[in-house]
Amino acid sequence: MKDVIIRPERCMGCHSCEVACAVAHSKSKNLFLALGEEPAPKKRIYVEYIPALGASMPITCRHCEDAPCVSVCPTKALSRDPVTNTVSHNPERCVDCWTCSTVCTRFSSLYQLILVAGCWTSSMNCNYGVISRQIEAGVRCDLCKGRELPACVEACPTHALVFSEVVGR
Amino acid sequence: MKKTAFEKSIDPASQTLLQKAENEGIETAWDRYEQQLPQCSFGQLGVCCRNCNMGPCRIDPFGEGTEKGVCGATADIIVARNLLRMIAAGAAAHSDHARDAVLTFKKMSEGEAGSYKIKDEAKLFSLASEYGIPAEGKSREEVAVELANAMLLEFGKQNGPVLCTKRAPGVRLRLWSELGIEPRGIDREIVECMHRTHIGVDNNATHILLQGLRTGISDGWGGSMIATDVQDILFGTPEPKKSTVNLGVLSLEKVNLIVHGHEPILSEMIVEAAENPELLELAKEKGASGINVVGICCTGNETLMRHGTPIAGNFLQQELAVITGAVEAMVVDVQCIMPSLGGLTGCYHTKFISTSPKADFPGTVRMEFHEEKAYETAKEIVRAAVENFPNRNREKVSIPEEKQECMAGFSVEAILNALGGSPDPLIEAIAGGAVKGIGAVVGCNNVKVQHNYGHVNLVKELIKNNVLVVTTGCNAIACAEAGLLVPEAAVLAGEGLKGICEALGIPPVLHMGSCVDISRILVLASAIANRMGVDISDLPAAGAAPEWMSEKAVSIGVYVVSSGIYTVLGTIPPVLGSQEVTALLTKGLDSVVGASFAVEPDPFKAAKMMLEHIDKKRKALGLK
Ligand code: SF4
Ligand code: SF4
Ligand code: SF4
Ligand code: SF4
Repeated sequence: MKDVIIRPERCMGCHSCEVACAVAHSKSKNLFLALGEEPAPKKRIYVEYIPALGASMPITCRHCEDAPCVSVCPTKALSRDPVTNTVSHNPERCVDCWTCSTVCTRFSSLYQLILVAGCWTSSMNCNYGVISRQIEAGVRCDLCKGRELPACVEACPTHALVFSEVVGR
Repeated sequence: MKKTAFEKSIDPASQTLLQKAENEGIETAWDRYEQQLPQCSFGQLGVCCRNCNMGPCRIDPFGEGTEKGVCGATADIIVARNLLRMIAAGAAAHSDHARDAVLTFKKMSEGEAGSYKIKDEAKLFSLASEYGIPAEGKSREEVAVELANAMLLEFGKQNGPVLCTKRAPGVRLRLWSELGIEPRGIDREIVECMHRTHIGVDNNATHILLQGLRTGISDGWGGSMIATDVQDILFGTPEPKKSTVNLGVLSLEKVNLIVHGHEPILSEMIVEAAENPELLELAKEKGASGINVVGICCTGNETLMRHGTPIAGNFLQQELAVITGAVEAMVVDVQCIMPSLGGLTGCYHTKFISTSPKADFPGTVRMEFHEEKAYETAKEIVRAAVENFPNRNREKVSIPEEKQECMAGFSVEAILNALGGSPDPLIEAIAGGAVKGIGAVVGCNNVKVQHNYGHVNLVKELIKNNVLVVTTGCNAIACAEAGLLVPEAAVLAGEGLKGICEALGIPPVLHMGSCVDISRILVLASAIANRMGVDISDLPAAGAAPEWMSEKAVSIGVYVVSSGIYTVLGTIPPVLGSQEVTALLTKGLDSVVGASFAVEPDPFKAAKMMLEHIDKKRKALGLK
């Protein structure tokens, strides 16, 4: 499958990916119109600042092959599509237990990094890595269903995000 | 998805050259625009601040992230400050152009710029009396020196009001003074914008915007107006004349010299030098049949208005002109000149000559221009072009066939002349309903809009509905290319307007000059309002800038609205990140200055909005 590959060393911290993600998940799909929408469109990618590294790092769902979040989800709100290989979330079944967020590998590798670097970034309090607790917005990256190129990838001016085939994950 | 040549421009000549560029692997503004996509959302919304070194700061437009800059500035404050800086830059560009024109005028009056002469003596004396300079017993040079000094004082004045604001109707003047936005001095307002937007000074969006209005007014009724006035004295007040436009005006047999930019000071001399017998002889020797001076952008508009010099194109056609492979010299002064021309001219034999002491570009031959030896410099430049003719690579040359007749040169004086000396016939036509109102359509090109699509369609819609259109700048050139600037275009107008145009032998769209000459539109609006005994905001008139892009356009928009004219913008200004600023511009201003902005990219819808506004104003005046 194709996935968003992150190259944190190229990230400039401009947050363009976040805005583009929110716009891509708005009703109008237009920056200027999206501003006035209710509820406000929400992003599914987070640019975290890692103080000890003095660097920024975009974090988003990796749609893991073994998707631990899917296996721990008690209500099967999370599922992995065997055809598209993307992990998706059904808010109707979700009971907000956030078990998934504690096992997210993407998050735990970041968590490891954070432990090594000795810091905790502010948005981690409400957002466990890639799984947003803003349930109304859809919990996480859907790889921009329906778009040829994910919005975040298209928006990144330095190609810190690339969309490519993932082999041997 | 790459756009095709047809999607980039509506103009066939431009399409041909865009295709040529693609075949030759030459990059244009459209390609670079594609490389920029998607453009930065923070910038588009105006919520990025770099005004101090604690920043850069930016506000999350969706309210999830940061709400304030380090200093505490909110989106409203940041957007308003950024807008004020745009206005200041635009006003500075116009006003600095004006200052140079006045300085040339002064040098001429003092006998130090022998190449120049007073071309419009009547305007000299009428301006002198407006500035309170008695003329009895003085030579016209003495009067000119005094007038030049008085004009220079307008820039450095501290306690206004800027003199030409007196040309506005009394009610408007009083309104400005009550609001405390009467401009005090041209430079002072621009400097104050920079001061107010420094960290920790003015942090109230409304308060910031009021200074924006004042600065805009100092441009429209100050800097720009002085530029127009003094250029008329020096180079003559334009009168209607015929010419041709579009890339087809470039010649296969002649030396092609393009003057591009905004100031007529040098280009006037180039037009003269191109007629020099010695240089014409040299051109023959080099195998050319003559010297063809053509214009681009507002330098082009200036020479078109005064000499009928052909125009090769507007802003987005500057690169295309070079791509014809037939240009010996691209001579530029200031403003709206793409730095890409350096690399581009390098792909052809074209000499890229920059002339202004304050502007330089990569890859130019500098031939700096100073008033004292203006004609000599102009001759050198023309000579350089002529000598470059043999270097033209015939295989690379492709000049599109398209050229179009046009009629330009409608200064206020010329319009009033055409009307028999007073605005009364026009007012009667408006009152009687033959002419529904006046539309002022101006401004740049912008790659975000299909080249000329916004301009041409908006103007066509207006004249179809009996709105007389006055135009300047790149819109004027777009209209000319579309064949709207000839009396025969009256057939495209509604019955009423068509009748008037046919009776007077004028086009339904009147070319009033360069962007600086939007001041002429203000004077015309004032003349009509005064004659009717109303304010400008009461007139059935509306403005539009369908393809604007420059900071000058922001300043223009602001002074047009401050003068009471509702204005529709075709491209979205970087203000939507603040609801407060957006609401002020699109609604709030109406209760302050009696006019506001609207944004509408679709030219047909924009025309409808202008027509509705004009209808509303007609009703208020008791006209059917
Ligand atoms: S939420 Fe985390 S664990 Fe689940 S698929 Fe995405 S990256 Fe993998
Ligand atoms: S791929 Fe789409 S949904 Fe996923 S983070 Fe990027 S923009 Fe958001
Ligand atoms: S758009 Fe690219 S550079 Fe900017 S924050 Fe996102 S990943 Fe980093
Ligand atoms: S002025 Fe304020 S908002 Fe602007 S960069 Fe400085 S701290 Fe940030």
